[in-house]
Formats: sequence, C-alpha cells, structure tokens
Amino acid sequence: MDTNAVTHEFDDSRLLEPLQTTSREFKVAVTVLLAVVGWAAFSWVWQVSHGLGVTGLNRSVFWGIYITNFVFFIGVSHAGTLISAILRMTNAEWRRPITRMAEVITVAVLFFGIANVFFDLGRPDRILSIALHPNFTSPLIWDICSVTLYLMGSTFYLFIPLIPDIFLLKDRIGGWRGRLYRFIVRILRWDDSERQRLKLERIITIAALIILPIAVSVHTVVSWVFAMTVQPMWHSSIFGPFFVVGAIFSGIGALLTAMILFRKFLGLEKYLLPIHFKQLSSLLVVMSVLWLYFTVNEYMTTFYGNEPREMSVFAAKFSGHFAYMFWGMIVTCFVIPFSLLFRKKNRTIPRIFIASISVNIGMWLERYTIVVPSLSHTRLPYPIGVYSPSWVELSLMAGCFAGFALLYMFFSKVFPIVSIWEMKEGLESSVSIITKRFMSYFGISVQETKDRS
Amino acid sequence: MPRWGMVIDLDRCIGCQACTQACTQENNIPFGNFEQSKLRRSISWIQVIPMGEERDSVEQTMTPLLCQHCDSPPCTRVCPVSATYKNNEGIVAQIYPRCIGCRYCANACPYTVKYFNWFAPEWPEEMEQAHNPDVSVRPVGVIEKCTFCHHRLIIAREKARAEGRTLEEGDYNPACAESCPTKAITFGDLDNPSSDVSRAANDSRAYQLMGDLGTKPKVRYLRAIE
Repeated sequence: MDTNAVTHEFDDSRLLEPLQTTSREFKVAVTVLLAVVGWAAFSWVWQVSHGLGVTGLNRSVFWGIYITNFVFFIGVSHAGTLISAILRMTNAEWRRPITRMAEVITVAVLFFGIANVFFDLGRPDRILSIALHPNFTSPLIWDICSVTLYLMGSTFYLFIPLIPDIFLLKDRIGGWRGRLYRFIVRILRWDDSERQRLKLERIITIAALIILPIAVSVHTVVSWVFAMTVQPMWHSSIFGPFFVVGAIFSGIGALLTAMILFRKFLGLEKYLLPIHFKQLSSLLVVMSVLWLYFTVNEYMTTFYGNEPREMSVFAAKFSGHFAYMFWGMIVTCFVIPFSLLFRKKNRTIPRIFIASISVNIGMWLERYTIVVPSLSHTRLPYPIGVYSPSWVELSLMAGCFAGFALLYMFFSKVFPIVSIWEMKEGLESSVSIITKRFMSYFGISVQETKDRS
Repeated sequence: MPRWGMVIDLDRCIGCQACTQACTQENNIPFGNFEQSKLRRSISWIQVIPMGEERDSVEQTMTPLLCQHCDSPPCTRVCPVSATYKNNEGIVAQIYPRCIGCRYCANACPYTVKYFNWFAPEWPEEMEQAHNPDVSVRPVGVIEKCTFCHHRLIIAREKARAEGRTLEEGDYNPACAESCPTKAITFGDLDNPSSDVSRAANDSRAYQLMGDLGTKPKVRYLRAIE
C-alpha cells in the first residue's frame, strides 16, 4: 500500500504572510470601506434625529430593505457554521481549507443582521424594553432568543478550532497580536499536547452537533416572523424549510465569493484548489435546484388555490409592479447558476464567481419580494402601498456590506484565514484514517497504518 | 365587566367624514401635510373608505374604518414588548412610552388600522393651544391607533362615582359616535343584552369585517343586502 502522501510537509508560509505584511491594495480597500461605513454612520444619525420618515417606508409598507437585509444577512450566516458543521460531520476531507473562512462569515454577518433590526426600530433608545417586558408570544422575541444563541454558539464554534493555530503563532508573530495569542494560551493552559488535541476534536464534534439544530431553528424562526401573521402570501407553512434552504443556498454563494476573493488577493492558490471550488459549486447546483423546487411549490399552491387576496400579491409579483424583481430572482437564483455550472467540466473559477455573485443578488431579491409585495397588497382594498428605499436606507445597506467586508478583512489580519493545524493534520493522518475506513467496508482491518501517523 | 363594542350602520352612513374630523380633534392627531399624505403617512384613527367591487363608482359603500378592537387581536400577540394589549374591558390599547416602534403589530393587522409616527408630530402654533388635555401627544417613532376614546371612559367612570351611581348606558361615547349626524354609529356594552349596541349587533344585517379570519372584531357593520 502506497501511502507516500503522509510524508508531505505542509507549507504554511503563504498563510502567515497576510499577518506579517499589509499590501497597498489592502490599505486602499480599508480606506474606501471605512469611508462607506462613516457615511452610513452619518445616515443613521440623520435617521435617528429626524425619525423613520427619512426612509421610503409608509402605511402599509411598514417594512422595507432593513428587514430584507436582516433576513438576507441571517441567511448568509448559514454559510459558515451550518456548512462547516455538515462537512465536518460527514467527514468531507476537502473541507479543511474552507471551514474557517465559512465560520468567520457566520459570526461577522450576524452582527449586521442584528444591526438591521435595530435600524428598523422607531425608538432605538427603548431597546431595553425587550429585556424588561418581553412578550413570549411574539415571534420577534423567539427570533432574538435564537439569534443570540446562534451568535454565541457560532462564536464558540469559530474560536475552538482557532486554539491550536494561536498556539502555533504565539512565538511567530509579535506586537499586540503576539500578546493576545500568549494571553489566550495562558488562560486556556494550552500546551498543544496530544491529549488536549483529542479533547479539542471531541469538543468540535459535539459543538457541530449542537450548532446544527440551532442553525436550522434560527432561520425557521426568522420565517415565522412572517408566516405567523395572516397576511396574504406570508401565512404559509412552507416558509420554515424554504427559508432554511434559501439560507444554505445564499450561504454557499457568499462562501464561494469570499473564497475566490481571498484566493486572489491573499495569494492562496496553493491551498484553495480548483477541486475545492468544484466540490462546493456542485453543492450550489444542488441547492439551486432545491430552491426552484420550493419556489414552484409555494407559487403553484397559491395559484391553484386562487384565493383573491393571495392572488393580488401573486399577480403583483408575477406580472405586476414586482415582476422585474421576481423574474430577476428566478434568473439569478436558478437560470444563471444552473446553466453555468450544470456541466461538471464547466465548473471553472470565473464561472463559479459569476454564479456565486448571481446567487447572492438573487437571494436578496427573494427576501425583498417576500417582505414588500405582501405589505403593498393588504387585505383591504385601501391603502395600496408603493415603496422605494430612500438614500438613508441605501446608505445603511452599503454600510452593512462595507462593515462586513472590513470585519472579515480585519479577521484575516489577526488569525490565519485557513486553519493551519487542520491542514497539517489532514496531510499527516487523513490518508491512513480513510484507508482504514475504506478497508473496513470489506471487512479488512488495517493495523500497520497506525504507527505511521 | 363591560365589553365595549361599536355597531356602524352603513345604510345610514352618508360619508360626510364628521367622525374623522371629530376623532382628529378629540385625540390630538397631528395635522397632516400634503407631502406626507402623498406618501400615505397621514394618521387618521377613523377614516371613511369606499368599499365595493367597482372602484370609483357611486355603488360603493362608504365604510368608516377604525381599529376593530378584536377579541382575538393578531396585533397584540406579535408585539415583542407587550406595548399593545387587550385590556379586561376588551379595548385594544397601546402603551406609547413602551413601544419600540418595530411596526410588527401594524404588519400583522389585517385591517391596516395601526399608524406610525414617521416624524415628530407638528401643528401650526395656533392649534397647539387647542389640544385636548385628556389625551397625550404621541412622540416620534411609536405606533398609535383608535382607543375607543378610552380617556372618556375614565372621566365618565369618575363622574359616576362622584355622583354615587354606577356607569350607565350613554355615559361613555367615543367622539366619532357622538358626532355622527345620521346616528350611524352606536356604542356601548356588547355584554349587556338590553343595550342599544347589543340589539344592533344582533340585527339581521350585522356582519364583521373579515370575520372569517377569526379575529372576532367588536366593531360590527350593518348593511342590507340588495
């Protein structure tokens, strides 16, 4: 049995480079992003001092792109923890260079999901009311509980696999980061022994097991904010699973976009190989088909039922005021990714990049066409709400995207964006573990591979 | 314990909007401006809207639409901070100083009768002197809606107590009911079988607006089917 691969040395030099040097492009990007965030901060102050009247919202469209962004960002957050947990639990070996990037998305994007609800409040100064007088029959309170739990869980889930890398870096990076690493190592009494590593891996497995149902519940509860009301085309039992599927779909889209950008700008071509993109993009194709299946289910039942109030929303989406967005969503969520990536040999990085951007746009459009059309077509004939976002709303939205990019970039300067110890471990022991597992399918026990690792 | 309710006889309504006017005066509803009205942001706790199959036709029924004070309100359930709730006399109330302005209740209401303060309310200076001192002015960023002129109930009850008697039929009437020139609006205790309102509620013409949604509105409408 040839297991030469185990002798390969893992080269982590390129992974440490972003922590050691900062390029000019990086500084320019940070400056531009900071300017956008600053402008958004000004817009927010403007909104708070004038009232929500500075948005495009009205009666009956009480919710607009803030809530759209909230649902979208919470959806994207499923990129990380959920995908990484699934890949870990299914022992997908190709996951190793991807998991950390994915987990960071979750934690970073959740802040902006929560922020958008905050932007949407007419009285942000009374935010403490939520803690002082919580009404547990409100789906918004369920939401706050599950998102908080999810944020804590996914932060934990991001942090735990960071520990061996922090140990590795504590003597290689100086300055405030070095002090931070040494502080963490000291607090945890981490000596990177085999016993500790085993314990760590067990904790990761358990954390993945716990985080899966939390992640599913988060987006189900987000959908219930809409589905629990009696409003036309909101009051639907398909919303829970549909939102979860959409979340995973947009999560994979966001993850692929991030991977391609990091690969290019941090020079990670050696770690993020075409095979990783191929694997993940085949998942994207599957999810886009699943997404179409749910969409057809939702709209077919509404159409066939032909209930007048539901149909007025349906018509507005299908051929009315929201038709551009609705059909745009079908094209960007299904037609583009499916036609680009349907054939295996077509799954090249430029195509994957276009498809992943398209999915991100499409899933935002989907969130918008869920929130706004139902509110524009209320049960009573009057009023008919028309909504278009104001500059304040668009600025805050831009600020959220810029802020997310900044957080992500900041993380890449503090911790390696690819898990070094997991890559090493994979190279050293995966071959023997997989060989052993494979042989066990045929009832052959492999003993000798054990001493090799 | 009374269960306050309202019956509106649409066969009597002439669409004069006196109720809207009376309500605006009574409840310190901000003076709308054209710009904001165009954006559909003006506030009117009761408004007369034409309903019917054909738009812009005289065949339409003028329908005064206000908070339906549901016995099973979809809005109170979803409020994250219990700022909107149904009190034990059946009035769906709103606590302005607690409301965080998330507008979830406004979205959950199938009648779209909850109003948001997009800006701080404004009146021409002369009008500010004419505010009703019994009703608080709502701040920016909170939801407001019809209260069945709840402040009038408090005053009526105190008056009755001072006179050493119990609250009687007719002591408490909201501004809209009082102002209606054709007496289309009847108000009172739905649980008192001898009250005008419960007799009217049992009229053969009575129906509830979207009663099939199970919201159990305490506002009922009367209309003869032609």
